[in-house]
Amino acid sequence: MIRKIILNACHSHESGNLSRTWIPVFACRKVRFTGMIKGKNSEGNFQSQKIISFILIIIFLFIASLKTHAQIAVYGDTIYTMAGEKIINGVVLIKDRKIEKVGLQNEITVPADYKKVEGKVVTPGLIDAHSVVGLSGIYNYAHDQDQLEKSDAIQPELRAFDAYNMREKLIEFLRDLGITTLHTGHGPGALASGQTMIVKTYGETLKDVIVDSVATVSFTLGSNVSRNYKKPGTRSKGVAMLREEFLKAKDYMDKMKNAKEDKKPSRDLKLETLAKVLSGEIPAMFTVQRATEIMTALRLQQEFGFKLILDGAAESYLLINEIKNAGVPVILHPTMVRNYGDTKNVSLETAATLNTAGIPFALQSGYESYVPKTRIVLFEAAIANANGLSFEDALTTITIDAAKILGIENLVGSIEEGKDADIVLFDGNPFEYTSHVCVVIINGEIVKEECF
Amino acid sequence: MKILISFFLFTLISFPSFSQTQPTVFLNAKIYPISGEPIESGYLLVHSGKIVEVGSMKDFPPGKEEDIIVFDVMRKVIMPGLVDTHSHIGEGDGGDRSSTTHPEVRILDAIDPQSDTFKKAIAGGITTVNVMPGSGHLMSGQTVYLKMRKDPKTINDMLYCNDVLNGICGGLKMANGTNSLGDPPFSGTRSKSASIIRQLFIKAQEYKAKIERANGDFEKMPERNIELETLVQVLEGKRIVQHHTHRADDIMTVLRLKEEFGFKVVLHHVSEGWKVAEQIAAANVPCSIIMIDSPGGKLEAVNLIYKTGVVLEKAGVDVAYHTDDGITDSRFLLRSAAFGVRAGMSEAKSLEALTLAGARMLGLDERIGSLVPGKDADFIILSGEPLSVYTKVEQTWVEGERVFDLSNPDDKKFSIGGYEVFRGDYKEVHNCGDDQ
Repeated sequence: MIRKIILNACHSHESGNLSRTWIPVFACRKVRFTGMIKGKNSEGNFQSQKIISFILIIIFLFIASLKTHAQIAVYGDTIYTMAGEKIINGVVLIKDRKIEKVGLQNEITVPADYKKVEGKVVTPGLIDAHSVVGLSGIYNYAHDQDQLEKSDAIQPELRAFDAYNMREKLIEFLRDLGITTLHTGHGPGALASGQTMIVKTYGETLKDVIVDSVATVSFTLGSNVSRNYKKPGTRSKGVAMLREEFLKAKDYMDKMKNAKEDKKPSRDLKLETLAKVLSGEIPAMFTVQRATEIMTALRLQQEFGFKLILDGAAESYLLINEIKNAGVPVILHPTMVRNYGDTKNVSLETAATLNTAGIPFALQSGYESYVPKTRIVLFEAAIANANGLSFEDALTTITIDAAKILGIENLVGSIEEGKDADIVLFDGNPFEYTSHVCVVIINGEIVKEECF
Repeated sequence: MKILISFFLFTLISFPSFSQTQPTVFLNAKIYPISGEPIESGYLLVHSGKIVEVGSMKDFPPGKEEDIIVFDVMRKVIMPGLVDTHSHIGEGDGGDRSSTTHPEVRILDAIDPQSDTFKKAIAGGITTVNVMPGSGHLMSGQTVYLKMRKDPKTINDMLYCNDVLNGICGGLKMANGTNSLGDPPFSGTRSKSASIIRQLFIKAQEYKAKIERANGDFEKMPERNIELETLVQVLEGKRIVQHHTHRADDIMTVLRLKEEFGFKVVLHHVSEGWKVAEQIAAANVPCSIIMIDSPGGKLEAVNLIYKTGVVLEKAGVDVAYHTDDGITDSRFLLRSAAFGVRAGMSEAKSLEALTLAGARMLGLDERIGSLVPGKDADFIILSGEPLSVYTKVEQTWVEGERVFDLSNPDDKKFSIGGYEVFRGDYKEVHNCGDDQ
């Protein structure tokens, strides 16, 4: 009985696809070893036990070594690499954490010891270009909502990873639907709510998951700011408050750089962060839905010269030329975002409009205050695809273009040699409601292997 | 004379003019009648607001099209107009904060028939909708069953029922779980919620008994009480309880109340219905499901899964899907059922869940929900298979009249959205938490 439990524990550890190769496997092996000796000892014949145990150890070490070198061959009827043409009857080889080779099945020799997985459609791991999941949790109680701090409307110094919960259930939910990279952190609703970060959706420590610990500072210019804070009461006041802080940060930056050691101001986390925004080290992500808000963000960018990402941008279709001329990318609202409040004028065709205009953009799941607690970019891209955006352009918005806007295109976003082995396998057109995500691979590890 | 005139007016009100005075036929479509097998290439003949014939093109009599208006809808799909069993469009509301029970309050007294929110429904292929007051009360009021007829000027132009003064034009909205909890006079716990409802129904039983004892004797009749009159309709099974409920134990509480008082009830949302599917089936109670993209957002919905539909289907429960608009958008009702299929539901059952099952849950299946001769000519023309993401609702027809046409830019904008398409303030009946 005891042995059975132990074996089960080991079994689930190995085939449950959640072991982090070496360490858990090793721990598991140890448990199993002890169990065996105990069980056999009660039957006597110590010598043969030793030999059997030795053989078992050898076999187990062999299996363990296989697991450590996660080598996988992903076969796809169609592989959308997002780097060039799609490949029909292709294969992707994965070695350790990276993509080793991509090409046609009849041109690539797959080593015999590679684990084989197959899918009708294969895509890069999906990227959610803007989420709050991990700071905002499934329960929607005070204790799992860290995406907005309401004591002050300007708090750019708040770090996302100080609140990120990588065990949040919604992360697992997103991962099962093929989302392998999340840009998440402080939400909309404050003039400057805090920082955002980029993570992989699989891993147990910050070190495991972080791709970029400080991706952007999140700013908001919408009417919701005035509902969350006593001050500002209007959009104009909010902009004035931001300008004042940016000017202070500029001054702070100058003094830190030029003043003599004894004249330097003491460190100020808020101004330090804003200074990094001003110097271009951290991009500023401005959540701006109404046309007036979009124009304000562009004006602030002109005044202070920071790296701007427009976020939300529900009315961006009214300002195509202005956005294009400013040369800024857009992380567009979820296609199905509700049409009320600042997003009341959303259009299902905005993604197609931005695409036609040649404005770089990605899709996001956004922030949801109630149900659903998070949207899923796969489904949002599907609706964009059904409303004027081509299939591959829609897929781009949740893969390589999202990676480019977030500055992580060297690591993720396409299936190319040397990139992180983040891959999703579907049993049909990924955008059809009735298709399923069957396999999800993150950093070369199979983290889901069931169609749903 | 007065009676005659009012009868004439009443007739006008209840039977809005049909522009379609000539028979109309739709040819060469794939037809899902719902009540039977799909017809790969079929025709649909309608006249005077009613379905006259549905059949295979093979059986379409030659020369028949001579006297009728013909639409060749080759490669299109026709199915019954969608029935949304639970929606908050129309900008109406129910009871106020003075009590947690408002059986006498009618949402039909507060609906704006010209609200743009109805345009979303017809753009999504919805032809009949149960408009409900919210879930912030144990009993927030009477719901109303509306037809999405063309250009309504007054609520009478939309009512499903014929007699707004004496008829029963909707269900009774009830809720349990957390939404309806609050400070007095609201219930603070689930047990208190159940006891308030029991006490009220016991009062209604006594009222009903008094009326029965009076046996038509005016002297012995109790004083009229519109709260209790409504509940008597419920006790008599004439008015269906449309009950918001999420958690498994809350669902069981509804079933217990149903057993005690014998009312007809439909369970709405049923996020944890999959946990008690057998019990729901045993109670013979239908379920109308909300499909939400992700679980959570509140404790009751943490265990919400896409599989609820198939689990209930397999248990033998009658299943519908609803929008709960603004929670999900009326334009995406087809999508909800498609997610049921994603999780294993049969296509046939999922299409029935959007039409006939919903009609049954509202008690309206005699007239709507399937394409059979004699029923209302409520149907939609789709560009492709109903459950594909790429399929568009191209036309929506209510009682033989086209109310939505995607090829008309004035209609199309309601399908797509855009600047100032949906005017006015959005009426939010749900507590959506922080405004961020």
